[in-house]
Amino acid sequence: MSDSVRKLTTSHETRPRIGEGQIAAQQETLPNEIDRRLINAFQGGFPICERPFQVAASALNLDEETLIARIDALLKAGVLTRFGPLFNAERMGGVNILAAMSLPQSEFEQVVKLVNLQPEIAHNYRREHALNLWFVGAAETPEKVEAAFAHIESVTGYPVYRFPKQHEFFVELKLEA
Amino acid sequence: MDATDFALVTACQAGLPLKPRPYHAIAEQLGLAPEDVMARINAMLESGVIRRIGVVPNHYALGYTANGMTVWDVVDEKVDELGEQIGQLSFVSHCYRRPRRPPLWPYNLFAMVHAKTRAQAQAYADQIAAILGEACRQSDILYSSRMLKKTGLRIGD
Repeated sequence: MSDSVRKLTTSHETRPRIGEGQIAAQQETLPNEIDRRLINAFQGGFPICERPFQVAASALNLDEETLIARIDALLKAGVLTRFGPLFNAERMGGVNILAAMSLPQSEFEQVVKLVNLQPEIAHNYRREHALNLWFVGAAETPEKVEAAFAHIESVTGYPVYRFPKQHEFFVELKLEA
Repeated sequence: MDATDFALVTACQAGLPLKPRPYHAIAEQLGLAPEDVMARINAMLESGVIRRIGVVPNHYALGYTANGMTVWDVVDEKVDELGEQIGQLSFVSHCYRRPRRPPLWPYNLFAMVHAKTRAQAQAYADQIAAILGEACRQSDILYSSRMLKKTGLRIGD
C-alpha cells in the first residue's frame, strides 16, 4: 500500500456501541418505521450521483433533508456502525486474520485492554468457549498483523491461535430491521 | 489501484459525508473533479474493492442478539463444495474455510448466523447440519456475549 496513505482514526471510536448487556437501556433508540425502511433498503445500492440522498430519499418517499438527518441520528445512537462504502481490505492488498485466545477470567479484562489498544485489531468479541476471546487483526501487510499478534503473546504470555481464511464462500446477508 | 484511489479510500473510510453532495464534498477535499471521484468509486464497486455502499447496522441494536459463530468439522474432500451451499443460506453473513488447530480446535468450516433468539440460531444451525449430513463429524456454536471493539477499516502506517 502506498506510503502516502496515512493513518486515519475513524470517528466511530467515540460512538456509543450497543452490546447485549445494554440492550434494555437502548430501547428508546431502537429504529422507528422510517428507519426500518431505510435500513432494509440501503444496506447496499446507495446511489453514486450528484445528489444521492435525494435519489435514495425519493425511493423511500422521504425528502433529502430527512434522510440525512435520520442517518446521522442512527449513527449517533449506535444503531448504525457505519454509513458509506464498505471496503474489502484484501482487494487493496490488505489482510485480515481471525485469531483467538483462551484466557482465565481473572486476567480477561486486562488482556482485552491490551488487545484493544493495538490499532491493527479491528473487531474483538468475547465468546463462550475455552477459546473465549476472538478478534480480527487487519493491516496492509500480513507482517503487521503478525507483529500485533506476537506483541500480544509476548506481553500476556498466552498463545494467540491464528485462523487465517483459506477459502471465502460467497454470501449475501441482509439484516431485516 | 493508484495513489488517487488510495486517497479516496482514506477519505471515505470513516464514512461518506452527510451532506447533500457527498461525492462532491470528497472531490473538493482531495482536489479532484466530482466526475472522477464518482467514476473511481463506481470502478471500485465493479472490481470488488468496495463490497457495497450503504448503511451498516449494529446487529445488537436491531435485536439480533444471538450472533452465533457456528463451526464444523467437515471432511476435507467435501468442505469446499458444502461451504458454497452454506454461504447461500440467507441467515449466514460470513462463511470461511479455516485451518484446524488440533486438539484444541477440530473445526475447519466457519459460518456466522444472526438471529434474535438462541432458539432461532439453533434452528439455523440445524439447517446447516442437515446440509452437511454425514460429511460433518462434530460441530459447535460460539455465541458472542460481548462486543469489545468494532472499528471500520483503517489503512496506513
